[in-house]
Amino acid sequence: MSRNVAIRVYVVITFALGLNYILWRWSFSLNWTNWWIAVPLVIAETYNFIDVLFFGFTIWRADPKITIHPPRDGISVDVFITTYNEPIDLVIATAKAAKAIRYPHTTWILDDGARKEMRSAAEEIGVGYITRGANWANQPLHAKAGNLNNALMQTSGEFLLILDADQVPYPEILDHTLSYFEDPKVALVQTPQWFGNVTTYDPLGSQAPLFYGPIQQGKNAWNAAFFCGSNAILRRDALMQLGLKRYVVELEIAVREALRSADRILLRTLRTTVADAPEIQEALKSVEVAISNARHDIASGKTIADATYALQQRISDVSKSMVSSHLSLMKEDLAAIGEIHTVTNDEWDVILDVEKTTDLLSSREFSPLGACQAVATLLRSLDVDRPGEAQPLMPLATISVTEDMATSMRLHGMGWKSVYHHEVLAIGLAPEDLSSMLKQRLRWAQGTMQVMLRENPLLQRGLTFAQKIMYFSTMWSYLSGFAAVVYFVAPVVYLCFGILPVKSFSTTYFYHFIPFMVANQLLFLVVSKGISTWRGQQYSLALFPIWLKAVTSAVRNVYFHHPLAFVVTPKRGESGRNEWGLIKHQIAVAIILIFAAGVGILRLSRGLSEPVGTLVNVAWVLWDLGLLSILIPAVRYRGHQSKEKLVK
Amino acid sequence: MKIHTKIVGDHVAVLKLEGKLNMVSAPKIRDEIHATVTAGNHKVAIDLTDVDFIDSSGLGALINGLKTARQAGGDLRIACPTAQVRMVLELTNIDRVLKAYENAESAFSD
Repeated sequence: MSRNVAIRVYVVITFALGLNYILWRWSFSLNWTNWWIAVPLVIAETYNFIDVLFFGFTIWRADPKITIHPPRDGISVDVFITTYNEPIDLVIATAKAAKAIRYPHTTWILDDGARKEMRSAAEEIGVGYITRGANWANQPLHAKAGNLNNALMQTSGEFLLILDADQVPYPEILDHTLSYFEDPKVALVQTPQWFGNVTTYDPLGSQAPLFYGPIQQGKNAWNAAFFCGSNAILRRDALMQLGLKRYVVELEIAVREALRSADRILLRTLRTTVADAPEIQEALKSVEVAISNARHDIASGKTIADATYALQQRISDVSKSMVSSHLSLMKEDLAAIGEIHTVTNDEWDVILDVEKTTDLLSSREFSPLGACQAVATLLRSLDVDRPGEAQPLMPLATISVTEDMATSMRLHGMGWKSVYHHEVLAIGLAPEDLSSMLKQRLRWAQGTMQVMLRENPLLQRGLTFAQKIMYFSTMWSYLSGFAAVVYFVAPVVYLCFGILPVKSFSTTYFYHFIPFMVANQLLFLVVSKGISTWRGQQYSLALFPIWLKAVTSAVRNVYFHHPLAFVVTPKRGESGRNEWGLIKHQIAVAIILIFAAGVGILRLSRGLSEPVGTLVNVAWVLWDLGLLSILIPAVRYRGHQSKEKLVK
Repeated sequence: MKIHTKIVGDHVAVLKLEGKLNMVSAPKIRDEIHATVTAGNHKVAIDLTDVDFIDSSGLGALINGLKTARQAGGDLRIACPTAQVRMVLELTNIDRVLKAYENAESAFSD
């Protein structure tokens, strides 16, 4: 308890000093003459202050203790090992370890690569093998979420242990975690992800001791421990309930959208010249009436299946009665309608698909009969059997490339509980070169941004205040790329041009800033109990291009339906890999910073700038360079060969 | 879980279920619906009179069956849910999608 009190004291002190600094910055220090750098800088600093606040809130109730109760007998468990293209040997090594888990269970390899060798290797060691069935052909696959959703429908264990292909579990993993589910509201138990192929120096920053430690422990205390995709146990019933609930919610949204755009298509068609004939006018109007009836039926409690069925019948009658005098025109329409379903994107869920279909359909003019067909197609594509999906129930969220976070947020929103169990119970493999590491980080950041934009936790009604903050704070931390740019530009413009973002670098500045800065670093030190958080701080700044790309590409993806951008892998030519290109932006920034420091010192020697300001900004440049410097060993890193590191 | 399948009309089959419709029996239901539809009876009525317990997986199997039937140009309809089943239908909002018919044999008489 005393430790917890100490942490709270540090949090309060840091908060007070930070507030003192930020308020002073906003009210007294801004140099309005240079507002274009002064305002971005104070915003960036406020961003970081809020980040610290969130951190303080997260760890406020963090409890590092774990208690292990043996589980009762007779619980049925499926162990899922997800794979796509990992080497067979690696998957089999994980599968053997999974098979050796002590608590009775069934092991399955979920092979999204549908590889024959994988299947026979699975049979050889006597574990189950699941791959996508025929129902997934020509449907969005939804990557790992789809793989798990597919397996959910083909198995029947009460609980599911999910493992990535490289996560080798310990025999006691279930014995140490199943008892949490004695609480019928617990849907998820997450254990840490720890990597065995990483040296203590960890140049790629693969271990996340702060996240799989104080942060998850803190989130756990607010009942907001996240699902992280692997090394977690889930309750099937919770997932299925989630799947059912989402099915209804998405269906209702889809039908509402479809009826709205059906209205638009009809209105547009009614305005065209071909629709001038009175009988056609009449027919189209009767479809309009049918649409408004359907809307009314749904609002007054009739089932969706019935309401849309009646509407479809009406439209089909009207279409038949219409004279196909504009046959050629209609053919074009039909071709356009036919194309619509071939342009679905892997990453869209039903709702997004509706938007796309709607956009396509309402962007063109139809003949009257074509319009009816278009409306019919639209309704058909949103029917209760979800023709645009391989299976109607998708318990694991498909709105994001990081299905894990989205899924646990939805579970929390339904009132389920989660547990973070702080004990390493599986050992995995971290990326072994910079380019795969960048790919992975970009994906996480993009996925997090997708969730933020599509299902902002602050707007989710089912979440408690603390849960909203826990999810939002993680998303908030991924916005750091914008602040990073400001932190590079500000010292450069001072050193090169003498442009000051603050009124002056006087003693007043220092006694507002330094206490906050020191308190902040001390807080990190106390919370992490001396585990180095330096690597994390370095990458938080050094990967700024990745964070920026994640935000921009997620915005383009969510609002403009562009596919997500990815890291371009360098060619592996004879001359060896050229990975320096991966960090060209950071190299450019470093060169500019060094140059600016030189210019600053030169200006000082000529009496063009004052010593304190120059000193502060040169120190700032050195701090930036110190953070960026991790990229040099990272580029040169060629993986960790030694196997004995596998023992923690 | 026992399943009694009866063909009652043109492409219409009634599946009378008996026992618990839960995560254990769900795969069996799913397979039976699939087999029925594949055999050409794509209008499937599920008689729930003797189902005393249903869980989310059981309901999931019915929704999956709905897709199977609709894809074959038919439909899946449910009839005579018991109190517990009705409660689960309401709890999950599936009652917004599927209407419970009063009689399985006449579910497709419209």
